[in-house]
Amino acid sequence: MSTLKGKELRIVGFLCNWCSYGGADTAGVARATQPTDLRIIRVPCSGRIDPLFILRALFNGADGVLVSGCHPNDCHYSEGNFYARRRLEVLKQFLPVLGIDDRRFEYTWVSASEGQRWKEVVTTFTERIHALGPAPVLEDAQALFRVADMTLSPLHALGTGIQAPLEELKSAIKSRLPELDCVLGWQQGHDAIHSVPLFMRSPEDVDKLVWGPLNVNNLAVYLPSLKGKKTGIVVKGCDSRSVVELLQENLIKRDDVVIFSMPCEGTLDMARVMQKLGSYKTISQTDSDDKGITVTTDTGKHRFDMSLWAQGKCYGCATPGALLADVRLGTLHPVTPAPTTPPELAMLDAMSLEERRSFWKAQMDRCLRCYACRNACPMCVCRDYCVSDSRDPHWMTQDDSANEKLFFQTIHAMHLAGRCTGCGECQRACPVGIPILALRQHIARAVGTLFDGYQAGIQPKATPPLLGFEVQEKNIHEREWK
Amino acid sequence: MSTTRYVEQNALPALLEALRTAFGQEQRILVPVLQPAVKESVVFKPWQLGMAFTLKKATVPPKEAVLPPCETLVQYKRTKNPENPAELTLEVTEETHCQPTIVFGCRPCDARGFSILDRPYLQGPFADPYYQRRRESLTVITQTCNSTGNTCFCHWTGSGPTHPEGSDVLMTAVENGYWLEAVSPRGEKLLAALSLADGAPHADAAQKVRENVNATLEPAPDLSKTQARLAARFTDADFWRDQTARCLSCGGCTYFCPTCYCFNITDEGDGYGENPGRRLRTWDSCMASHFTREASGHNSRPNTQDRMRNRISHKFSTYPETWGTFSCNGCGRCISNCPVCLDIRAIVLAATSD
Repeated sequence: MSTLKGKELRIVGFLCNWCSYGGADTAGVARATQPTDLRIIRVPCSGRIDPLFILRALFNGADGVLVSGCHPNDCHYSEGNFYARRRLEVLKQFLPVLGIDDRRFEYTWVSASEGQRWKEVVTTFTERIHALGPAPVLEDAQALFRVADMTLSPLHALGTGIQAPLEELKSAIKSRLPELDCVLGWQQGHDAIHSVPLFMRSPEDVDKLVWGPLNVNNLAVYLPSLKGKKTGIVVKGCDSRSVVELLQENLIKRDDVVIFSMPCEGTLDMARVMQKLGSYKTISQTDSDDKGITVTTDTGKHRFDMSLWAQGKCYGCATPGALLADVRLGTLHPVTPAPTTPPELAMLDAMSLEERRSFWKAQMDRCLRCYACRNACPMCVCRDYCVSDSRDPHWMTQDDSANEKLFFQTIHAMHLAGRCTGCGECQRACPVGIPILALRQHIARAVGTLFDGYQAGIQPKATPPLLGFEVQEKNIHEREWK
Repeated sequence: MSTTRYVEQNALPALLEALRTAFGQEQRILVPVLQPAVKESVVFKPWQLGMAFTLKKATVPPKEAVLPPCETLVQYKRTKNPENPAELTLEVTEETHCQPTIVFGCRPCDARGFSILDRPYLQGPFADPYYQRRRESLTVITQTCNSTGNTCFCHWTGSGPTHPEGSDVLMTAVENGYWLEAVSPRGEKLLAALSLADGAPHADAAQKVRENVNATLEPAPDLSKTQARLAARFTDADFWRDQTARCLSCGGCTYFCPTCYCFNITDEGDGYGENPGRRLRTWDSCMASHFTREASGHNSRPNTQDRMRNRISHKFSTYPETWGTFSCNGCGRCISNCPVCLDIRAIVLAATSD
C-alpha cells in the first residue's frame, strides 16, 4: 500500500455499507476537508468484520485500523453491530498483550447522514495515529527472553491423589463398559514418569488405568472426533470444563458421553520435571506419597513436591472436581477462592509494549509451525480445515517469519475468545516451550471483565458471550470523539 | 590413520571463530543455543562472537542447514506494458545464493540424518539443485554422545552414539576438552588447516569414552523382518487404529525429525507492483490432513491412523524398499516432543512381532 512519503501513514478503514460508508460519502459531497491517509474497505455490515481482518491488517504493517458501522439499534440487519461490538471490544483488549498499542485500533458508529461526525472521527483518528507514528515492525524487535516466576501458592491443597479410589473407578468403568464404545483414561507411557491417553475397550484395558499427577493430557480433545459414538471419559476438574464447553457449543451430545469424575489434586509440570531429570536412561523406581513423587533414575534421586512442581494452571485452579459428572468418586480438597493471575500472564503484565514485542519475537522465532498447540486444543474443532491452512482466502503466507507465526497464534487465540477453559494443553504440547497459553488467558480475563465474570465451560446451558449480545452492554461503552 | 586434534573446553569459542573462515570461505556456523523458558529448548542458531552456546542435545535437529523450514526458490515480477495492457512481461529470478555452513555440536543421529536426506534429494533420477548447493558446502562437526537418553534408540536403526555416518569430524569429550577426529576427506582438510594441538595424546582416552557409551547399550531387537511385516500390515485397520488411537495428528513428529523431508511449494504474491512474487518451499507434514487432500476434495488418508501408518511405513518399510536402509535414526525426538508421547519404538516392535 503506497503512501505519500513523510505525509501519510497506512490506515485501513472497514466501513459498513449502509451507514458509515454513506456517512463518508456525505462528508465528501459536503466537501468536508479530511485527511487522506485512510484506505476504505466497504463491508456489508460491521458484523461481517472478522477480527482477523483487523489483525491481518496490523500484522501486514497497517499503522492504524478504524472500524465504523451503524449506531447500535440502527443496524440494517437488526443486530449485526451488536455482535460486532462484543468482538471488537475483545479484540481491542487483546492487542496490548501482543505488544500492539490498542490506540492503533478503534471502532465507532457513524450514520449515513452524519457527514460532520465522520469528518471528526477520521480526523481525530488520523491525528492519533500520526502522533503514535509508524507502527513498529515485529521483525525489527530485539529478542528478549524472560522466564515466568513459578513460585506460586495454590487455592487448594495439591497432592498426588494417592488416596483417590482408583479401584472403585475401575469397577465403575467396567460396569458401564458394555454400553459404551470406549472409555478414555490414562495409562503409563514409555516410562514411569509419563502417562498417556488410554482408550479402554475391554476389561483388560481398564486394568491399565492409572490415576495421579502424571495424567496431564486433557482427554476431551478426542470427544468431537468420537461424536455419534457412546463414549466414556475420566476427567479432572479442568478437563470437565472442556467437556462442558463442548456441550455448550453443541459439539458433542450429552447422551453420548458418560463422565467419570475423580478428585484432582493437581498435575505435574512435565516441562520443569523433565528439565530437572535431565538426560537419564532408565527409571528404576518411583515412590508416591501424599505430598509428591520421588523418582530414581540412573543419574540420581529426584523429589517433586506437588506444591512446587505443579503446572502453572493448577495453582489458580478453583475446580478440582468435575462440574458435570455421571459417576462421581472420592472427596475433594476444599477450595479457598482468591483472585489469581497465571504466572506467564503476570510476567507479560509487568512488561512494556516494546518488551512484549521483543518477547514474542524471541519466542516465535523458534516456532516450527508443527501446530501441536492447535491439535492438542479440545476447542480447536476445525482441525483439518483450519483457516491457517487455507490458500483461498490466503490468511497466512508460508513465510516462517516470527510475524506470521505470531499471527497464527492470534487466530487461535481469537477463535478461543470466550471459549478457552484454560486447560493449557496448547502450551504443554509445544515442543519448544512457547508460553502461548498466556495469550488465551489474557483474552479469558478480558472476557471475564466485560461479561460479568463469565468463565467458559462452567454452565452447560450458558451461551458463550461472543455468540450473543445485550442491546445495552453493561461494560462496553462508546469512546468519546474529540 | 585419520587426522586428530585436541581442543580445550575454554578454547571452543576461539575454535568457532577460526571456523568462520574455514576453507577460505565465509562460513555460517550453526551451534546449539539454549532458549530459556519454563520449558527450555535447544535450537541451532548462527554463531556470533560472545554468544552463549550449549553442547546439550538439541530439541530441533539441524536439518535446516540443508533444508530450511522456508526458502525462496524463484522470484517473479510481472509488468504490463502501459501502451498495450495485453502485453505482459514476466521476469523470473532463480535464487542461487547459498552460504557455506558448518553444523557444530550436533549428535550422530543428527549427522546421519543428512545422509538419509541425500538419497532422495541427490541420488534419485534428478538432483535437487537447492539442496545440492547447500549439501556440497556443508561441514558437519558432530559430538559423540557420552550417554544415551531414555528415548534414544539409535542402535536399533544401524546408527549409534558414536556412529560417524554423515559427519566430517567427530568430537568426543575427554578431560577438560574435546578430541577431534576427521572421518571424511572434508574433515581431514578442515582439521589439517586448523592450528590446534595434535590429538594423539588423548586418542586412548577418547576411544575409552566411546567404548564406554557403546557398552551401555542394551541389545537391539531384531528388525530384519520389519520392512516386510509393516508392508503386510498395510491393510490391517484395527492394528493401526489401536496403535495410533491417541495421535493428535499434529506435525510434532515430522518437524522435529532429522530425516523427514517432505515439502510444499506455494506462490506468494501475484508479482505485480513493487514487490516481486515469490515461490516458496516450506516443510510439509504427512500428519496434516491437507497433505493428501486432492483438488477434487478426495483425501486418500482421511484419518489419523492412515497418516501415522504412512509415516511409520515410510521410515521402516518403503524407504528401505527403495534405498536399502531405514530412514529413522532413532534420535527419539518424535517420542520426547510428542504431546501424547506416541512411541514409534512400540509401534515398530508391535508391527514386527508375529
